[in-house]
Amino acid sequence: MEGKGLPAMKDDLIHRDLASIVGEDYASNRPEELFIYSVDSGTEGPRKVDYVVMPKNVDQVQKIVAVANQHRIPITPMGANLTLNGLGLPVNGGIVMDMKRMDRILELNRQRKYVVVEAGVTQGMLGSYLEKNCPELEHSRPEAPPMATIVGNIVIRGHGYLSLRYGNNSHHINGLEVVLPTGEVCNIGAGCVSPWPFCKGPLPDMTGLFCGWNGTTGVITKLSLKLFPKRRMLDVVGYAMDDLELVPELLYQVTHTDMVDNLFVVGFASDTHESHKYVTASITGDLDEEIAYKKAVLKKIAAGYQEGRVRFDYPVWDPLKSRFVEKPPYVTPALAADFERGGGFRYCGAILPVDKIPEAWRKGMEIAHRLGINFSAGIQILGYCHSAMFGYVYPFNRAEEQEVERVRKAMRETNEAVLQMGGIPWKAEVAAQKQIIEKMEPNTHDLMKKIWKALDPNGIMNPGNWCK
Amino acid sequence: MAELDYRSLVHRCFRCGFCKLTHDYSPVGFNCPMYHRFRLETYSPGGLNWLIRAALLTKSIEWTDHLSEILYSCTMCGNCAEACRFEFGKDMVNMFRQAREDVVETQLGLPKMVSQFLENVYLYGNAFREAREARGDWAAGLPVKQFADGDEYLYYVGCVGSYDSRSRKAARALASLLLKASVSFGILGQEEECDGNEVRLLGEQGLFERQRDRNIEKFKELGVKKIVTLSPHSYNTLKNDYSGEFEVLHYTQLLRDLIRAGTLPVPQRAVGKVTYHDPCFLGRHNGEYDAPREILDSIPGIDLVEMERSRNTAFCCGGGGANFYTGISAKGKEQASNARVWDAVNTGANVLAVACPVCLMTLEDAVKSEGIDDRIIVRDISEILADNK
Ligand SMILES: Cc1cc2nc3c(=O)[nH]c(=O)nc-3n(C[C@H](O)[C@H](O)[C@H](O)COP(=O)(O)OP(=O)(O)OC[C@H]3O[C@@H](n4cnc5c(N)ncnc54)[C@H](O)[C@@H]3O)c2cc1C
Repeated sequence: MEGKGLPAMKDDLIHRDLASIVGEDYASNRPEELFIYSVDSGTEGPRKVDYVVMPKNVDQVQKIVAVANQHRIPITPMGANLTLNGLGLPVNGGIVMDMKRMDRILELNRQRKYVVVEAGVTQGMLGSYLEKNCPELEHSRPEAPPMATIVGNIVIRGHGYLSLRYGNNSHHINGLEVVLPTGEVCNIGAGCVSPWPFCKGPLPDMTGLFCGWNGTTGVITKLSLKLFPKRRMLDVVGYAMDDLELVPELLYQVTHTDMVDNLFVVGFASDTHESHKYVTASITGDLDEEIAYKKAVLKKIAAGYQEGRVRFDYPVWDPLKSRFVEKPPYVTPALAADFERGGGFRYCGAILPVDKIPEAWRKGMEIAHRLGINFSAGIQILGYCHSAMFGYVYPFNRAEEQEVERVRKAMRETNEAVLQMGGIPWKAEVAAQKQIIEKMEPNTHDLMKKIWKALDPNGIMNPGNWCK
Repeated sequence: MAELDYRSLVHRCFRCGFCKLTHDYSPVGFNCPMYHRFRLETYSPGGLNWLIRAALLTKSIEWTDHLSEILYSCTMCGNCAEACRFEFGKDMVNMFRQAREDVVETQLGLPKMVSQFLENVYLYGNAFREAREARGDWAAGLPVKQFADGDEYLYYVGCVGSYDSRSRKAARALASLLLKASVSFGILGQEEECDGNEVRLLGEQGLFERQRDRNIEKFKELGVKKIVTLSPHSYNTLKNDYSGEFEVLHYTQLLRDLIRAGTLPVPQRAVGKVTYHDPCFLGRHNGEYDAPREILDSIPGIDLVEMERSRNTAFCCGGGGANFYTGISAKGKEQASNARVWDAVNTGANVLAVACPVCLMTLEDAVKSEGIDDRIIVRDISEILADNK
């Protein structure tokens, strides 16, 4: 078991304190809970966990933080622990704070297009709530399973189906309520001045102190999130090509039309798919004419390529299309966990310049072939081709330890390759964080340390994550 | 088709959590009763799979009393099997049952109340440690006769309908309806034995087989061909786990047919707004969603409204898998039944109709403990049809 953990003698006292805050049912130091919260669905862990606690409100979160400060014991906030890279696991033992009992949707403001949720509200909950109460608005949903929390996703600066148009999901924050590592409740965004959390406000943007930090700077308890128009119709067009090198320019041209809502590149490391790259472009509209017009414009792009080099494809092959038009929460990506009939996959989500896609693809194939593992690529374009999330997907059979080890190795090698290409692994696991920090300019890393020191003088928020 | 062995399946669970929700992601709440109750990841189907694997297969954690409680907190309602997006998911309930079988076989240790339940069935032939002689008392004063060769149906009441004071009323109501419709039937009275549905789900396969074999022998001896059950739990096991020699009906199926044929009149009195709670062992486990609704629809004084979670997304009452007796999941403010009665109240209904003695018991208790008995009452469909107030 990794991690330092605690001396056993403090155990009962801390457990008693936690149970008195949240109630006996929601605080545990029993081996079963400690085991389940010590492992994630990927290949990280088991890590040492000393306590599990489930607060119901901000007051309880504050009290738990006070207990942690008093005993100098780490806290790791956790949503659904679905990053597959173990970010919801403690690095040095302590308390796992499962946020999913804080599950209220507090406010929906149609006119101002925002929703306020507690930290444990899941993608599934918010999605079906909006569908029922305000079907003309939506939030940018990741392809993660429906139990993934909205807050967990913005903490790791995740992306969703609206990230091409509106940037990654942490750009959609209007405001946060945070319990600082020292216990104060802090309101961030317009809501700290105005009665409403309707935008970030013309203030220093402090939301960045909590996004990308993997819960090492405080516990987010509430989030005001932007909602966006949901069009009535959704369709998908495709482009097939054999030459990988054509992909970046094609993506540039497609985004340049400003007619696409979501853009993916998919492919598999099988013989047939190696020479077959496929771009899917989702289009939306309220009228048939709108969809038809967008389709015509997008079709024209393919016509600009020499005979057959880029083939416009409509309708798109049903199983592929369903991934992009199915009613969220999206099921298809999770199915990768059963590719090897073994309940697991990891993915390195590399944030790369779009022109690096061909090189990144070849690298993934090379690593997978050399290690003898399955590989598929799922690439989502973020912004108007400003960057790409290149997902190197490595499924494995959990019951085959050697296979699990090969996937761990593939992840290490992929992270290294990504950094060499000038990209950065996203939602990086602890080992990859080290690789990143080794490449990081020292002053930048020093600034991170200064921020931690200022916010978290006792170092209680998951120390070890981000090499904290 | 032969059942797959849980040992070859549990590691395929990814703990993605689809199983905690309804198939259509209802915003009403989590649809796994044990997760709803406890909220720790251990008490979720995924958590259970990983604990089973760690404790029974890879032996990376030890067996403890707490682990045993977690394993038996599952009500076997089948929501996980319905909601899981993976191919193996349909076997989820079987996986949990098989793991329990291993626990029983290797004597790892059961929760006290589970052992007691099994012991009761073993010693007394019923779940409640009640006298065998009292099993037929529910029928006192009714002109119901002992089953004899030549009767068309055996009316099999089950343990809950036979002994629980509230459920006995439903047992009586059903008997009166069968009499009213001149159905040829008889009961076993004190000769009736536990059907073994929960025993099997608790993993005591040996005891289940004893119950099954005894019952089959008795049924054959008496010349039973058709069985109508009060409880969906009995219906489930008699239909699916017995020898297949008997035609088994849940009572709602028989009453539906009688109403269709015009042999059973329906009450004409205004009942009001009624919502129907699908019992897991009639609905999800056996796909019967329509018969109870058809009955309720046929009553002119009923305005039938649906709860948001209904049919295959119905939320379990929390009493399945013997939890009505063991109380592992069925305890405390957060227990499933309390949430379920609010589902019903939120439809605006004044009657919550059920078709299962376990649901009748748990949901009526919940209505009382939530203090809403002035807003909604719980009635078995047999009672509504018999026009019992
Ligand atoms: C099949 C599949 C598909 C996926 N697709 C996508 C996708 O399309 N886009 C995408 O962005 N991601 C995707 N993911 C990754 C991940 O599941 C999601 O980003 C998910 O939203 C993370 O949320 P979570 O609740 O699981 O967070 P967790 O893993 O529980 O937490 C993530 C991080 O946030 C911290 N944290 C959690 N809650 C708080 C809080 N209240 N305060 C402070 N810190 C907190 C944790 O400590 C951790 O460091 C996918 C995962 C899977 C398995």
